[in-house]
Amino acid sequence: MATKVVMEALSPTMEEGRLVKWVKNEGDTVAKGEVLAEVETDKAVMELVARGDGVLRKRVLGEGQTAPVGQLVGVIAAADEDIGSILSSAPAADETAGGGAATAAPATPSAPAAPPTPGTPAPTATQAPAAAQAPSAPAPSGPAPSGPAPTAPVPPHENGGRPRSSPLARRLASDRGLDLGRVQGSGPGGRIIKRDIEAATTAGPAATPRPTAAGDYTDVPLTQIRKTIARRLTESIGPIPTFYLTMEADLTRTAELRQAMTEAGNEFKVSFNDIILKAVATALARHPEVNAHWLGDRVRQFNRVHLGMAVAIEDGLITPVLFDADRKGLGELSQEARDLAAKARARKLTPNEYTGSTFSVSNLGMFGIDQFTAIINPPESGIIAVGAVEEKPVVVDGQVVVRKRVRFTMSCDHRVIDGATGARFLQDVRRMLENPLMIVY
Amino acid sequence: MASYDVIFLGGGPAGYVGAIRCAQLGMSTAVVEREGLGGTCVLWGCIPAKALLESASLAVHVQHGEAFGVTAGNVKLDYGVAMKRSRAVSQQNSKGVEFLFKKHKIMWLKGTGRLAGKKSVAVKNADGKEETHEAKKAIVISTGSRVRGLPQAGLELNKTTVLSSDEVLVLERAPKTMAVIGAGAVGCEFADVFSAFGTQVTLIEVLPSLLPLEDAEVSAELARSFKKRKIDVVTGAKIGSAKVGKDSVTLTIDVKGESKTLTVEKVLVATGRAPNVEDLGLKEGGVQLTERGFIKIDARLATTAEGIYAIGDVAGPPMLAHKGSREGIVFAEMLAGLPHVQPVPYGNVPNATYCHPEVASVGSTEQQLKNKNVAYKVGKFPFSANGRARTAGETEGFVKILADPKYGEILGAHIIGAHATELIHELVVARENELTIEEVDLAIHAHPTLSEAIAEATLDAMGRVIHA
Repeated sequence: MATKVVMEALSPTMEEGRLVKWVKNEGDTVAKGEVLAEVETDKAVMELVARGDGVLRKRVLGEGQTAPVGQLVGVIAAADEDIGSILSSAPAADETAGGGAATAAPATPSAPAAPPTPGTPAPTATQAPAAAQAPSAPAPSGPAPSGPAPTAPVPPHENGGRPRSSPLARRLASDRGLDLGRVQGSGPGGRIIKRDIEAATTAGPAATPRPTAAGDYTDVPLTQIRKTIARRLTESIGPIPTFYLTMEADLTRTAELRQAMTEAGNEFKVSFNDIILKAVATALARHPEVNAHWLGDRVRQFNRVHLGMAVAIEDGLITPVLFDADRKGLGELSQEARDLAAKARARKLTPNEYTGSTFSVSNLGMFGIDQFTAIINPPESGIIAVGAVEEKPVVVDGQVVVRKRVRFTMSCDHRVIDGATGARFLQDVRRMLENPLMIVY
Repeated sequence: MASYDVIFLGGGPAGYVGAIRCAQLGMSTAVVEREGLGGTCVLWGCIPAKALLESASLAVHVQHGEAFGVTAGNVKLDYGVAMKRSRAVSQQNSKGVEFLFKKHKIMWLKGTGRLAGKKSVAVKNADGKEETHEAKKAIVISTGSRVRGLPQAGLELNKTTVLSSDEVLVLERAPKTMAVIGAGAVGCEFADVFSAFGTQVTLIEVLPSLLPLEDAEVSAELARSFKKRKIDVVTGAKIGSAKVGKDSVTLTIDVKGESKTLTVEKVLVATGRAPNVEDLGLKEGGVQLTERGFIKIDARLATTAEGIYAIGDVAGPPMLAHKGSREGIVFAEMLAGLPHVQPVPYGNVPNATYCHPEVASVGSTEQQLKNKNVAYKVGKFPFSANGRARTAGETEGFVKILADPKYGEILGAHIIGAHATELIHELVVARENELTIEEVDLAIHAHPTLSEAIAEATLDAMGRVIHA
């Protein structure tokens, strides 16, 4: 019986590990509990031990390479066992990148490396795709090996399945209207138990959403062209190759909306900035390719919007976060933005109130700045700089009329966002501001 | 001088289990133990005591055999024989641990160990020869606890008339009269044993009830049962004075303002155990103690000295073998860096007392919930309404479950009755996995079994009991 060697979570927060050194060679006999390799986690270098007895037949991951938790990194099996099906279910590793892997190539001809799937370019080692998330599915027809078992014991909710949880935890969660998919489990095998629900409830709604919670994002492996763009542009203009897109939007209808709301009562009063925040958040939810972090070897696209809001304080700047800004009503967002700004100025923000943003907005309109460029807050890949809302003569249907206009400039990390990608996103923002009903569309 | 990954000081249920788990995880492991492997549990506690309780149970059954159609004739009771059998069982178990050590290639360093420098342990063998061994990854103190007397009441252990559980385990005959001081698990179990072997037992407890840590209803039920068996139960009693003679002890007991005098052949002091923290080089090694004299540990079972851990009785209450064993396993897995190691669930350690009727519990008592102002509902089912209990003629006792009124979380479970110590585990598993009373009932319970009483108690908590 073959034993898969997978990248294990060697620290509670570990998401991926870099294989520093193989301690065992291919062909070595290994016993359960013996150290196979050294793995660098986010915290320290730890030992990866064998979970079964046999011969280390294949070192799938080369030294120096990185793999997400759960990915196959090697195979332990009997000396004569056929491990072809296990290997073919694993993401192929680049043999040459392994450093010395060639000398340790298996002598057994019956254990070939993963056969390339027709129609799919062979992925390279640094890609580290999680099997369940790789967008390029094997071709539906053709000689691809039929249904090899998935390699990685990925946490189930990353798979789209139901998160593991105890009956009591489920009962508590349903009673408190808590979505189990958003709770981090701390029980056996990562199961959600009572204490997790209690932690999630007592932490309060603002503190619980963490953009790194499993299931809140999709990691997109870098294509070759993406990698080249990243490398070349970084060489060209510095660590974050930024470019800028400026657009002007007509806020006449936004102003009407605002006025109508104020007429309904002072409690419904919102600022232009609130509406802009709401529009940006809504657009981000529709453009995960912009609502993304650059992580070096991949791009993490978030399906939740945690909007950073730059606030000037006496001796600097801080960016408190409007968590799940796209899902909040305008009134709630407005109130929260006000509260956070006040807290920021009073220096009362707690770390979980100013960390975790997926994208940011900065506004200097109140200082009469027409337009400006803001600096990206890495690993975010974009920030929108909002200028002053002012009345300007513009031509509408051949007539010069006075309209309320605002200019905004988006700084884009070119490694993640291309010009056209950013432009399409900004178009959406403008469409919403010029016709605010689009926000609720 | 030899070198190991981990060295345990003490081969009781904490140390030997931790050592086996370490060995399973690929660590080279040694255990320092001066006596036999298995520690107090195997040699002087759990195992021999239970062997004697089995004799006691048999004695009671045989004497009541007539109603079952079994008349045994002239029943003779011999504590000496029962004692020898209990010693044999202990030896067997200890040999079993020795076999497990061989199987897992664990080195038994025979002798007395102490800390000797940062990563080493000195072991002195029976001949007084001392050797130093290196522990590369960790030293674990699992030295356990020992019996103690009651000197403040004039009752120093003397091996003849004032005894501890260690000595009563090797008595050749049951005394005519005995005072058992302390009605915790040890006191209740020996009161049961000696009463069954014909001793007139007086069971004395300073607190108002037997098994004071158990639910009050359970304690009351046990007191009723003991009194029925002619055990003289004296609770809320203070030892005023003790006159220790050559063949007897005279005690003055103050009960509710009244003073009573009692002369007995033997006194068994069962008022608690003391942690073994002496002569281990703890102070020099930087290992601190708690106010109560146990070794101070954190959630990782680490002491205040780097690389030194403590598990079992010496690391604090509850002083139970199964708590120590779990600490040993958790220690080993954390040291090996296994993912998702769950900390020791101290709130879900079952309690078990093997007197007749047996008492077992897990979680909170009703009084504890009241004190903490926790809302609860009670589900109760008596064994007198359980078919299997009736067939066995063991209808004493009940199952009592305390559940959260809203979510059905099992806050506490208390069982008194035959086989209670076996039955409790259904509820321990339920609690550990956060099953609520509903899931416990959803599982079909075979008929006729004592376990049905558990299902009925959960139903009772939901207001739907069938057989009562």
